[in-house]
Amino acid sequence: MIEEFFPNVNWERMWEATRETLYMASISVVATFIFGIILGLLLFLTSKGNIWENKPVNFIVSSFVNIFRSIPFIILIVLLIPFTKIVIGTMIGENAALPALIIGAAPFYARMVEIGLREIDKGVIEASRSMGAKTTTIIWKVLIPESMPALVSGITVTAIALVSYTAMAGVIGAGGLGNLAFLEGFQRGRNDVTLMATIIILVIVFIIQYIGDTITSKLDKR
Amino acid sequence: MISIKNVKKIYPSKDGPVTAVDDVNLAIENGEIFGVIGYSGAGKSTLIRMLNGLEIPTEGSIVVAGREMSKIGGSELRQARQEISMIFQHFNLLWSRTVRDNIAFPLEIAGVPKKERLKRVKELVNLVGLEGRENSYPSQLSGGQKQRVGIARALANNPKVLLCDEATSALDPQTTDSILELLVDINKRLGLTIVLITHEMHVIRKICHRVAVMEGGRVVESGPVLNVFKNPQQAITKRFVQQVTEPEETKETIKHLLSLYPEGQVIQLSFVGEGAEQPLISNLIRNHPLMVNILQGKISQTQNGSYGTLFIHLDGEKAQIDEAIAYIRSFEVGVEVIKND
Ligand SMILES: Nc1ncnc2c1ncn2[C@@H]1O[C@H](COP(=O)(O)OP(=O)(O)OP(=O)(O)O)[C@@H](O)[C@H]1O
Ligand SMILES: [Mg+2]
Repeated sequence: MIEEFFPNVNWERMWEATRETLYMASISVVATFIFGIILGLLLFLTSKGNIWENKPVNFIVSSFVNIFRSIPFIILIVLLIPFTKIVIGTMIGENAALPALIIGAAPFYARMVEIGLREIDKGVIEASRSMGAKTTTIIWKVLIPESMPALVSGITVTAIALVSYTAMAGVIGAGGLGNLAFLEGFQRGRNDVTLMATIIILVIVFIIQYIGDTITSKLDKR
Repeated sequence: MISIKNVKKIYPSKDGPVTAVDDVNLAIENGEIFGVIGYSGAGKSTLIRMLNGLEIPTEGSIVVAGREMSKIGGSELRQARQEISMIFQHFNLLWSRTVRDNIAFPLEIAGVPKKERLKRVKELVNLVGLEGRENSYPSQLSGGQKQRVGIARALANNPKVLLCDEATSALDPQTTDSILELLVDINKRLGLTIVLITHEMHVIRKICHRVAVMEGGRVVESGPVLNVFKNPQQAITKRFVQQVTEPEETKETIKHLLSLYPEGQVIQLSFVGEGAEQPLISNLIRNHPLMVNILQGKISQTQNGSYGTLFIHLDGEKAQIDEAIAYIRSFEVGVEVIKND
């Protein structure tokens, strides 16, 4: 049945590409989550009226975030080619996409983290200070847990963006479903391959959305 | 326990410096409940926040439990804050934590091991009357229950001082009273020094031993609550005292009464402490050939005695009325003759 509709699909290659996409997406989501939170915390804590209020640091981080958030991803990959060659050693294969994915997504996510942190009631932070909490305690036990629903829903949106970024990276040679759809599907005129790759990407996106929404509503005790 | 000397706090702002607290001097004794009352913007929050170092005074010195709060920082300040806890108008609980974990939070900060934490939380839950709600989240509690969690959390590390910033202002009158009773209970049981700020005289009347009245950043009047009630000096203090001793409509009622009783005298009696507990009116009627009409009255309890006002109308011969007034004065009861004007 399925073979009839998708005569040209090499299922082994398709599965291999799916695995590569999942690999690129998951590594970059985890790294984006970590770097994004670090950057978001820096943005938040150094902003006016906060614990580490510091104009120069805030300005530098903020500019960095704004610049990398504004560069179109496809251009960012090209710009980062020299950097990627140094770090990964090659421009081909799944790992080659990671630097661009992370550098593209972390600033995007950092802004969402910052917004989430701003929504925390100032009174709660003040109450923690009045109890004698250290800044690290406030970060780990107040800021992160209290903004967790926003952090999770933000990483869900970012993860979905990352899946589409991996497809773009694939076109430049990074492997995965985007690469397969482009090389085997588009360039050889095999539309069924392109369609199948698209369906799989959609399924991945829906699953991410579902997991993200479930966790967010579980966490939200407000 | 707390000494505030020549304290000033000036905030810079776009329209020039704002003096939030202006040359305040106060000494608060160990184990007392000290109230600060004032209208919005009087500088109450700024003053109380200087007591735990959330704000640093621009001038002057603040010593709490032997520590000069404006001079310490870092770990010494954090240590001090564990002994000076605070409760808030909007409770400021962590919504992501259950009641139990909220109360355990200051214990985590103090590095208390888990087993002891749980034991201590249990004691505190019992102390504030929240048995059975340990696993609830703040969003599932009423305002009064949230404040109980706030109080339990504040007491976790056995503080010496409890600061209350408008702790009952977000609560309805009945819940307010139950929280105030809890504070008095804690004060008696644990010997805790409590500083509370409010704009409701009711709160001061109900639980404070001494009170300071703030206006425009200054303390304009202070003393034992009963004295301030008996003999308010400043106009603002009189207004606050009226909040609890006179029903809103008193002035109009009196006017009305004066027109109803053109003969004789309408007098206002103020009772303080013992005076409020004597059978004054019975004696008055028994000893003087006068008509005595009770027009309106109210008695309030404070932490150091009762206080009340009573409006009566005396009718009879002028000489008899004057004698009666002199008689009342001999009971240490304040008498004010209300004139028709
Ligand atoms: N961080 C700040 N920066 C500038 N001005 C401030 C700051 N905090 C307070 N003020 C000013 O100081 C004055 C006293 O404020 P404060 O909050 O102490 O009043 P309050 O008596 O607690 O009033 P309320 O009953 O409304 O809480 C106000 O005029 C206020 O505008
Ligand atoms: Mg205030």
